[in-house]
Amino acid sequence: MTVLDGLKYSKDHEWIKVEGNKAHVGITDHAQHALGSIVFVELPGLAKTLSEGDILGVVESVKAASDVYSPVSGTVLQVNEELTDVPEKLNEEPYDAWIAVLELSDASQLDALMDAEAYEKFCSEEA
Amino acid sequence: MEAALKRTPLYEIHRDLSGKLIDFGGWELPVQYSGIMEEHQQVRSTAGLFDVSHMGEITVKGKDAEQFLQKLVTNDISNAKDFQVVYSPVCYSDGGIVDDLLVYKYNSGNYLLVVNASNTDKDFAWMLENAEGEVELENVSEAYAQIAIQGPRSEVVLQRLTDCELGEIRFYHFKPDVMVAGVNTIVSRTGYTGEDGFEIYLPAEYAAMLWEKLMEAGKEEGLVPAGLGARDTLRFEAALPLYGQEISRDISPLEAGLGKFVKLDKEGFIGKEALVNQKEKGVQRKLVGFEMLDRGIPRSHYDVQADGISTGFVTTGSYSPTLAKNIGLALINSTFAGEGTVIDIIIRGRALKGKVIKLPFYNKKYKK
Repeated sequence: MTVLDGLKYSKDHEWIKVEGNKAHVGITDHAQHALGSIVFVELPGLAKTLSEGDILGVVESVKAASDVYSPVSGTVLQVNEELTDVPEKLNEEPYDAWIAVLELSDASQLDALMDAEAYEKFCSEEA
Repeated sequence: MEAALKRTPLYEIHRDLSGKLIDFGGWELPVQYSGIMEEHQQVRSTAGLFDVSHMGEITVKGKDAEQFLQKLVTNDISNAKDFQVVYSPVCYSDGGIVDDLLVYKYNSGNYLLVVNASNTDKDFAWMLENAEGEVELENVSEAYAQIAIQGPRSEVVLQRLTDCELGEIRFYHFKPDVMVAGVNTIVSRTGYTGEDGFEIYLPAEYAAMLWEKLMEAGKEEGLVPAGLGARDTLRFEAALPLYGQEISRDISPLEAGLGKFVKLDKEGFIGKEALVNQKEKGVQRKLVGFEMLDRGIPRSHYDVQADGISTGFVTTGSYSPTLAKNIGLALINSTFAGEGTVIDIIIRGRALKGKVIKLPFYNKKYKK
């Protein structure tokens, strides 16, 4: 399982990469592995305002639909349309296959998320 | 407290293969090993091995065995030859379905019934309740393990482990006392995937050994272990019903499109009156296949609407690995069951369009 340094992680297995007041959000390698072959992605609407913990999108494997939660509050600036046609990119390159870019509304929420080391520990304890 | 999950004799093998174990109706079984898609495609193109030891087995013996079964099941088994397998629903008197099962006929005084795992106790109680005459019923589920090898290369692989001429076992027939890798088994040409293949019944204590031997024998062909996930997508594409989804206590076999397994001209079987009545009036609901026109994956229990009004529900829905489409089975008002009819599937609060199409989604590749 791959965990990248420099990203923040949620307990629901989303990653977030912060640049200034913007952040890319996706699902972790651990998450894609647990889901299996991803065959469908539902993206959030542009300009949608999300609170931390709101549903950001939905990823579906052959077997089931799983919600993706927003690790922070913010507004959707961009969505990764490519995933609509190539959902398997979430399996193949989970840290490149961002789902949305958010404009952060409360940067202090980032402090509650895990760094790579803490996330790795979290996953091993969850197993 | 949750009851401990039951394990099949192949539990250690699943664990060693890193199968992803889940609670399947009280059984701890693998939903997948390498992945549902790969396993699914491997079964369609070569072969896959399934642990189906959780299935229930019930023996019916005695002078009146045939007569009893004729009353129990909706299909007609009186014309079945020895060593033939017959598929049939079993109904309540109101036409709702107790279970669907396979009847293995040794002779008119000796049968083996194979039933759905989670229904075994219910079925056995139902049979005892309705037993008449000289009939001896026994639930022998614990004694049997069952391994299914499914896919176009199944015969080649299995043949390596037995001297029995497998080509002589025709579709929906079986042979008892077949020595496979030195173990006495029952081999039938049956399955739940829409492919050619076999189901092998054997004493539980030899299951792990035979599994290993089969995997070894199938190495060249690329035989893979396959889990319940692939089993479900495979049977779904072939439109084979699953108890609890396409069929249930509240769904009749006529509604579920299983009319050819209901012989309404047969003497007094349980449910006959209700089913004859339903047939005469015409069924109000029908099981249909549909494909999504809008983007979205239908799932079990999603509401189906027409003109904004609920008209039924999705029984099974999935991305189809073979067709690369999002498809579903739904039980809906007969008015909307015609091919080409556009229906709305309610997915996370949104009405997405689907179109009724012909069943099965995947044409079965049985070897007749």
